[in-house]
Amino acid sequence: MSPATLMSTATLNAVQPDRERPLPLPPSVTPYRGLAPTQLGMLAFLASEAALFCTLIVVYLSYLKVDQNGPTPAVLSLSLVIATTVCLLASSITVHLAVKSLHSGEHLSFIRWWAATIVLGIVFLLGTAFEWRELIVRHDLTISRNLFGTTYFTLIGFHALHLTGGIVAMLAVLGLTISRLLSTKSRASAELISWYWHFVDAVWVVVFSVVYLAGR
Amino acid sequence: MATVVRELELMPTAEPAHARSILSGWLTTVDHKQIGILYVVMAVCFLIIGGCEALVIRCQLFWPHSQLVAPDAFNGLFTMHGTTMVFFVGMPILIGIGNYLVPLMIGARDMAFPRLNALGFWATLFGGMLVYFSFATGGAPALGWFAYAPLTEHTFARGPATDLWALGLVVSGIGTTTAGINFIATILGMRAPGMTLRKIPFFTWTILWTAVQIVIAMPPLTAILVMILLDRNLGAHFFDVQNGGSALLWQHLFWFFGHPEVYILILPVFGMISEIIPVFSRKVLFGYEFMAAATAAIAFISLGVWAHHMFAVGLSRPEGLFFAVTSLLVSIPTGIKFFNWLATMYGGRISFASPMLFACGFLSMFLIGGLTGIMLAVVPFNFQLTDSYFVVGHFHWVLIGGTLFGTFAGIHYWYPKVTGRMLSERLARWQFCLLYIGFILTFGPMHIAGILGMPRRIYTYEAGLGWEIWNQLSTIGAIIQAPSFAIFAYNLIASLWKGKPAGDNPWDAWTLEWATTSPPPSYNFETIPTVHSRRPLWDLKHPDDPDWQYE
Repeated sequence: MSPATLMSTATLNAVQPDRERPLPLPPSVTPYRGLAPTQLGMLAFLASEAALFCTLIVVYLSYLKVDQNGPTPAVLSLSLVIATTVCLLASSITVHLAVKSLHSGEHLSFIRWWAATIVLGIVFLLGTAFEWRELIVRHDLTISRNLFGTTYFTLIGFHALHLTGGIVAMLAVLGLTISRLLSTKSRASAELISWYWHFVDAVWVVVFSVVYLAGR
Repeated sequence: MATVVRELELMPTAEPAHARSILSGWLTTVDHKQIGILYVVMAVCFLIIGGCEALVIRCQLFWPHSQLVAPDAFNGLFTMHGTTMVFFVGMPILIGIGNYLVPLMIGARDMAFPRLNALGFWATLFGGMLVYFSFATGGAPALGWFAYAPLTEHTFARGPATDLWALGLVVSGIGTTTAGINFIATILGMRAPGMTLRKIPFFTWTILWTAVQIVIAMPPLTAILVMILLDRNLGAHFFDVQNGGSALLWQHLFWFFGHPEVYILILPVFGMISEIIPVFSRKVLFGYEFMAAATAAIAFISLGVWAHHMFAVGLSRPEGLFFAVTSLLVSIPTGIKFFNWLATMYGGRISFASPMLFACGFLSMFLIGGLTGIMLAVVPFNFQLTDSYFVVGHFHWVLIGGTLFGTFAGIHYWYPKVTGRMLSERLARWQFCLLYIGFILTFGPMHIAGILGMPRRIYTYEAGLGWEIWNQLSTIGAIIQAPSFAIFAYNLIASLWKGKPAGDNPWDAWTLEWATTSPPPSYNFETIPTVHSRRPLWDLKHPDDPDWQYE
């Protein structure tokens, strides 16, 4: 296989009949200074995730309060979920501080903030687990009980699944960081994961408002 | 760049490689060109399978009261035919062609995420296989490709076939979504120096908007398929009408995916046609900016037209009016495209080589499909013909007359680049003529059968309703089409050895993929070219009169 070659400009110049007129010179080219492809990919991925959660929220809203029997959203208790929501919002701040210290090269403080984010995420998930246990055991609300159970567990479950994925990714970056202190590549991936984490937090703000505030 | 060095080391050597390493090379490849070829080969295999299903359907409908297939098997056949053609032929073949061409056209060495790219292909293939495993469970799902609730509920579909169908589509849907993400990152972030978004080849522009639609429309499909699986396996009630679930909600959510989907199937074809018509008319694409804006407009409008599939379901009057108006609106940007293609051809030195032949087939047939689409967007007309064979005639006219003709044009145009060999023009002409005649004969009569009242998806019909002759014409048309696909498959394979060597640029085209060798080396370009206009090869060939002076 011969190497790919563009037609040489020099040979083409040689066959030009009109040697008097100088060839027009192309304008200079400004290099691309936009987002990196990985960042664009992450944004596109987040857009697809937004479409997914929009669908789930639309379904939740369209079945809100249509049940004839079984528990209604009134059984949801606010106190626990407000506490876990604060944890999740705080984790957005810690992940931001982690990425900031990564950029300024403070590895130890990166590890500290990054680990704090993971812990806060796990606390949130534990809160969800406790809440689900209450709903299932005390209120007898399961996914097959009624439409509220169906839509509630699906929406919250999808969100918790996304948080779990984020925690797994963050644990991987943490492991890489501790074992061979930060390559530039893991620096970029840490930043992308922080975008994902902010996104999942933002989704929670919407879900919280819809499920626990407006829909209750 | 380290990655470039690594890829240079992986460059195939001239010695014939061991057969096993060739196989494992294809199985483990992350090269966008090989993945593109895998997508297209997979899609052609599924095209043959889906085509055979269609032939059985047509044979069953040849006579009234035919006993060729049982009613359940017939329902399974049209479900699998539709699912196959939409998810495992249409989308993969376009994604595959895009995969092959986009990096070459924008002067990149690969897609942004090569491994994700491979994942996307394998997810699509395994998704397709999962869907087909349903045959092994005692019968394909009998749902229709849009699987209206509550047919998918456990009450009506007891076997595991429906689960396999939904699961297969979830898996392949995730694959498709990754492909969309990859296209967006590649096209927006990896263009050659100087190639601003206003200078990208038109095919790349349409792929970008297709990717946007994929990213917006596929996840809702994934979500509702998961809901089906939850309904069937965990006793959830999303679409379970006995427990308050809504069949109407499924229709809304499915078509919110389903309508952008049909534009996912046509936008890349618009792109291919916009590459081919200028080259074979020896003119620049007329009204590039208007074409670009029209593409974006179609992508946006397509997100707000879904309920035109549901006019007869009992929408309120304002809803019906809204969706009728948005659907009619689509005809404006599409009309802009149409007239621009005609204006590109006008006054050009047109050559009717096989790609142009198929492009003209596309122009003539897609026009008719578009016009019947406008008819169906008119609500009272739609009330009369909803769920009739008129609808079947209309969408096959668009998907075959539009997508398939356009894709054949693209394959005939780029085959020399992919293989280094020309396809046989003689066979291509036979293929075109048989397809053109057979296609019109198959789907033209369907419109009439529909107007005469024949509903779609019936496994047989009474004699004496006036439908026999139209069904028989359709079946004859299908039988005329069949050899055209055989000729196509033969031409694809035989030309690998028998085809004339193509050279780098057999059509004297102007976009970057023709600047490299045919087939391109694994690293695509020895040096990444700098681009100054929409026709970089014209600029190279005519340095005294380059395009960038006029753009």
